[in-house]
Amino acid sequence: MVNPYLIHPATIMEKIREADSIHTYRLRLNDEATRRNFRFTAGQFNMVYLFGVGEVAISIVSDPEEPERLDHTIRSVGRVTSAIAQLQAGETLGIRGPFGQGWPLDAVRGHDVVIVTGGLGCAPVVGAIDYMFRRRRHYGSVKIIHGVKTSRDLLFHERFEAWGKQPDTEVLLASTRPDETWRYHVGVVTDLFEHVTLDPTKSMVLMCGPEIMMRLGVPILMRRGIPATAIYVSLERHMECGIGLCGHCQMGPYFLCKDGPVMRYDLVEPWLGRGGV
Amino acid sequence: MARETCGILSRTNLHRLLDALSAKGYRLVGPMVHDGAVVWDTIQRVSDLPIGWRDHQEPGRYRLEQTGSQEVFGVVHGPQSLKPFAFTPREPLLQIERSKDGFTTRSTLPQSEKVAIIGARACDLAGLAIQDQIFLQGEYQDPYYATRREGLFIIAVNCTRALQTCFCASMDTGPCAKNGFDLALTEVDDQLLIEAGSESGSDLLSALSLSPASQGLTREAAARGDACAQSQVRQLDRTRLPQALHEAHEHPRWDDVAARCLACANCTMVCPTCFCHKVEETPDLTRQNSEHARLWDSCFTQEHGYIHGKNIRPTIKDRYRMWLTHKLASWIDQFGTSGCVGCGRCITWCPVGIDLTEELSSLLKPSEQPSVLSRQ
Repeated sequence: MVNPYLIHPATIMEKIREADSIHTYRLRLNDEATRRNFRFTAGQFNMVYLFGVGEVAISIVSDPEEPERLDHTIRSVGRVTSAIAQLQAGETLGIRGPFGQGWPLDAVRGHDVVIVTGGLGCAPVVGAIDYMFRRRRHYGSVKIIHGVKTSRDLLFHERFEAWGKQPDTEVLLASTRPDETWRYHVGVVTDLFEHVTLDPTKSMVLMCGPEIMMRLGVPILMRRGIPATAIYVSLERHMECGIGLCGHCQMGPYFLCKDGPVMRYDLVEPWLGRGGV
Repeated sequence: MARETCGILSRTNLHRLLDALSAKGYRLVGPMVHDGAVVWDTIQRVSDLPIGWRDHQEPGRYRLEQTGSQEVFGVVHGPQSLKPFAFTPREPLLQIERSKDGFTTRSTLPQSEKVAIIGARACDLAGLAIQDQIFLQGEYQDPYYATRREGLFIIAVNCTRALQTCFCASMDTGPCAKNGFDLALTEVDDQLLIEAGSESGSDLLSALSLSPASQGLTREAAARGDACAQSQVRQLDRTRLPQALHEAHEHPRWDDVAARCLACANCTMVCPTCFCHKVEETPDLTRQNSEHARLWDSCFTQEHGYIHGKNIRPTIKDRYRMWLTHKLASWIDQFGTSGCVGCGRCITWCPVGIDLTEELSSLLKPSEQPSVLSRQ
């Protein structure tokens, strides 16, 4: 019987500063066989471990086609992530994974794609966007809609700029509290829906960010004619095991660590708006 | 040797069963009276069992009484189900040691041990079957649970007396064991009717060369089981679950029960099926070694719903609703079976005597009255 709790040491090859207290850690598994066999899909996550401190669930943001390089963008916010923030390149973290269901990139094939993200929620979609752009002809128009609080919260600025130059692609950014350098929309991310033309019969939506953004944003998209079954959301809950056993990540009937984190909206709709679920 | 499936042992010969198990290398575990309750402990001989004791359980109340009889299995159950045997309250998972290039991990799988448990009840077997489903039959199998589980030899005792808190009959899990045991006993006065439920149980039965069970005794045992089921005063109406409970999310009764619930987590600790756990990391003082262990957790704790700086379930109302809705509704969605086996432990061991059968029946009634809290 495979032991799903085993943690594999991985070296921090590079630590890249993305914003205040947000860094991307480029990890490489130390053991060659483990590294060779590691495969993941965009939107899946790893349990990232720090010696003596513990584990935390973090999505993999790098390219699934280069599985020997595992990028994790981590905001220092809790006990484990604050301790990880003290590490430098060359030091060791642990990895257990990959876990969960990623973005349905095969189902999305042939459709127009609308990507809606907020804050650090852009990170789990980066891999999916890159994946689609490497197969550009398989996908219709791409709209990347992203909102942040302050302009300093905008990660991956160069990537957004580069994506905007792709054919048949629009990148729309919004900030509620921008500084004077902000060249994009001022307001909340859902304002941007009014700025895009959508063909509801051809569009599929990938969404990641605060739940409030989903609760307010999805109804607007549905009013524009996009069915709930064409909307996918990546959800977050406390996770200790990653394998559906510890019970923390439940949302109604689902264990988000194994049934999610990416869920089709119609499945979670009854639970999302409810307090205390 | 012919395979036996049924036999009679007189109560005075119960030691023969224990001896046969010991001879096969099993450590014997049975109910023992400890600090006013019955708990599982290692037993050496029949006299270690709670002979003559009976338990009385009510919401928030557990009492033992010595009747002076020779009854061996008069105590229905204590706070522990079979849960701690395979899903232990604290299980070290890994020992992690710092090394030159980072760290090395070593799994701390437990030693497999042959343990014979004497006196498991039908509700406990149902609870264990649910835990097996979670830890062994899902997408990921838990090797720690598996190792502990495979060493268990289970001797069930069919209930012939129901507690006030029992409602296994309405959950279709008891009072008689249907499966999941190696041997099942029914204590009928000074006789023990023994049935085998597995191959190893049958082997043991054959080795004991018991006299065959008379039809009369078999009938009497069944009749006592039926009477026990009939005598249960509590029941849980499952007909509209899971949907009706999902739909009761805004019911004022949640405020009501939240005003009584202490969020002490007792119900989840005594529950035979609750499986939530957390992982704890304990480095030693030198910070060269760290132990990665799992501990029982409860959805009643503040930390259970914590996620980066906020709590998904900040109030006791949220947590009680999470627990009951999971146990009786989403569990069915997740595993195709109820998460409740009707043992009644959560009722007995609740310090304020909250009774889930009563809560459920209120929650399934349309709300007419505003809740206690909103009246205030």
